[in-house]
Amino acid sequence: MDLGVKPVSFTSSSASWKSADGVPDQFPAGLRVLVVDDDPTCLRILEKMLKNCLYEVTTCNRAEVALKFLRDNKNGYDIVISDVHMPDMDGFKLLEHVGLEMDLPVIMMSADDSKNVVMKGVTHGACDYLIKPVRMEALKNIWQHVVRKKKHEWKEKDFEQSGSVDEVERQHKPPEDVDYSSSANEGNWKNSKKRKDEEDEAEERDDSSTLKKPRVVWSVELHQQFVTAVNQLGIDKAVPKKILELMNVPGLTRENVASHLQKYRLYLRRLSGVSQHQNGLGSSFMGPPDAPFGPMSSLSGVDLQALAASGQLPPQSLATIQAAALGRAATKSAIPVPLIDQRNIFSFENPKLRFLDGQQQQNNNSKQVSLLHGIPTNMDSKQLATLHQSAQSFGSMNMHVHSQASQSNSLLTQMVQPPSRAQILNEINGSHALNLPSSAGQPVLSQAVPNAVLGQNGIENVRRPAFTSVSQPSTVVDFSRSQSTEFPENSFSLVSNSGISNLTSKLQDEVNSEMKASRGFVPNYDVFNDINQNRTQDWRLQDVRSTFEAQQHSNGRGSLDVSSSVLIQQQFSSNQKSGQNRIPPVRKAAFSVADGLGNTSNIGQQLSSSLVDNPSRIKAERLPDMGFQNGLFSEHFGQEDLMTAILKQQQGGMEPIENEFGFDGYHLDNLPV
Amino acid sequence: MEGHQLQHQAACMRKALFDQGYLDDQFLQLEDLEDEANPNFVEEVVKLYYSDSARFIRNIELTLDKNPFDFEKLDDIMHQFKGSSSSIGAKKLKTECTQFQEYCKIGNFEGCMRTFQEVKQEHAVLKKKLESYFQVFLLVHVYNCVYVCVDVHFVTN
Repeated sequence: MDLGVKPVSFTSSSASWKSADGVPDQFPAGLRVLVVDDDPTCLRILEKMLKNCLYEVTTCNRAEVALKFLRDNKNGYDIVISDVHMPDMDGFKLLEHVGLEMDLPVIMMSADDSKNVVMKGVTHGACDYLIKPVRMEALKNIWQHVVRKKKHEWKEKDFEQSGSVDEVERQHKPPEDVDYSSSANEGNWKNSKKRKDEEDEAEERDDSSTLKKPRVVWSVELHQQFVTAVNQLGIDKAVPKKILELMNVPGLTRENVASHLQKYRLYLRRLSGVSQHQNGLGSSFMGPPDAPFGPMSSLSGVDLQALAASGQLPPQSLATIQAAALGRAATKSAIPVPLIDQRNIFSFENPKLRFLDGQQQQNNNSKQVSLLHGIPTNMDSKQLATLHQSAQSFGSMNMHVHSQASQSNSLLTQMVQPPSRAQILNEINGSHALNLPSSAGQPVLSQAVPNAVLGQNGIENVRRPAFTSVSQPSTVVDFSRSQSTEFPENSFSLVSNSGISNLTSKLQDEVNSEMKASRGFVPNYDVFNDINQNRTQDWRLQDVRSTFEAQQHSNGRGSLDVSSSVLIQQQFSSNQKSGQNRIPPVRKAAFSVADGLGNTSNIGQQLSSSLVDNPSRIKAERLPDMGFQNGLFSEHFGQEDLMTAILKQQQGGMEPIENEFGFDGYHLDNLPV
Repeated sequence: MEGHQLQHQAACMRKALFDQGYLDDQFLQLEDLEDEANPNFVEEVVKLYYSDSARFIRNIELTLDKNPFDFEKLDDIMHQFKGSSSSIGAKKLKTECTQFQEYCKIGNFEGCMRTFQEVKQEHAVLKKKLESYFQVFLLVHVYNCVYVCVDVHFVTN
């Protein structure tokens, strides 16, 4: 796909990225990408490819370093690309961290294309999975993940500002934009259905200012009519069209009914599974003696969906309830549904609030804390974190909630959830030793979320932040704890000798030091001298390749392989001080001028121009002016001789002509005529 | 000295590398990445690969020597090596790596040993071929530069 990227300088600030509709003109140029891969070859290739896409690239070869970069520069990157298999940290772990802490889109890469690994990427929340070797085409389009995510965030922020229920409900809109992969059938993806429900609700509920249709409020009466119609038809046979007919409500559309039906079905299904769990919980919550609520058990179950559908319960909170209930992985059925009189639920407002009060008193803080997950006031991830942190001020939250009738409902419904949710979470995530009541919900939740199948990329991006960030404080700790214990296991098992550890540590150094500059500097083959980095020396010492002997750094001489003698780069690199000078006098375009080597590129150009302008004056002695070591050009040999020798070598075997030519620069005086 | 001859030679070598299955599309991707700022990108990457990949070979040898039946580890190392090799478009080498991994999966030590020799062989052969190729490539450039200089020389004198 042709992005039509304009070759504009990619120094767009992050601010421009976050503008309303997100996208500045030179987009996607300037996209700030962080690439993490322990393989230096792949890393280099990726870097070049990304640069060719006009992205701003930062590379690192260790996950810890990557995390450090990300943490130190919270808004410094737009997207992360990471290899799956890394010595210091599993790529999926990094993925989780990034999702939790920075909430950036992460693309996973691997040479492994087996389904389970790809699935793992998906479940951990990767927004894409690339198979190595990565092609340019695959990288060109990564910007879409950034836009998608930003679109979400933007909309969420927009919603917060408005602060109305409608806005809140509208927050669910983004998912539909992002729902490009309907993962309804994926393994653990029960959410997806809920998502669709929410989306539908959002569509229905949305304010006229944003939406096409007027909001349908499923009032008690309306819902009763609906239920009646459904029962009449039989739940299995109830189709929206018929229900609509039976209900005979003017202005109600088939779509309204359809989505409501969906939710109702889900609710019923959940009820049947939940009944065991619930009873104890439900009753404890159902205590409130509020008259308006009437007998709790008058209805066999609360239609959570109905609640949501009724408009009293913002779709978003429904989503959060569903999602929060660990939704993803677990157990729709495990979500406790309060046994509240359905009718009563619909008669909102004050009675509800009172009910909530009662509920609150019954719940301990720990449970309330987890309720905050669902508080729809702030669906923004950061907001949720704030909510989490303000758990103590739940009362104030409640006050806030009171002001919004619909939200009180969500609190209501959510309040009953946490305990079982926490239980479920704990059960599900037995491996996570997070049994603190107050934190149980969140950390487990957040871990469950990434571990569960976070199938749909776009949706996930919306959901995940909502939950993972809330648990940020504790989870980060947990992760790091678990990480530290895992490190020994994950440590590069290949590091079996000092050479390799030198290699990895030096590679790290390389990453840190060389990331910016000296790109043009090319390490030689094992055989050839590579003086630019000492580590190569280490490697070579241990390199026992029969064909390619280890070379001595110092003398800069070529290997037995004659062809090496011809490579000017060898000579230069062997004589370089900084490792950045790579301008053989005779090469013009062929000179490898590194990106950051402005100086040498000038030199190269000087050389080229001087070659052209004044060939007769080009002598070896001129070159030292450029700062190259004198020895570089001290030897003279005929161009002709060189060519002949090389050709001979090409045709024949390996002739020891290295002595003839050495590794020094060409002497241009004897140009063949 | 015929520059055309050199160029022709370079082109033939390149074609042979592809025709004989040493290189695949990924190499083309690398070539596409070359530009004025990075005129020797392919060579640079190949060199980087060869200086890095030695450790994989080494590690497999060590493992075969010390923990010969640690197939998981062998497979793991080979997986990384394969990933690296595939990134420069080393087709034949990649095939041998896959074969090695197959033997690892079924726990066939003999098969692993045999295939590993193939891997080493392919690794070395490709290295030589690429080195030769780059040299000729370089010569073409050298020749072109020299040629230009000669021309100018004659023009100015």
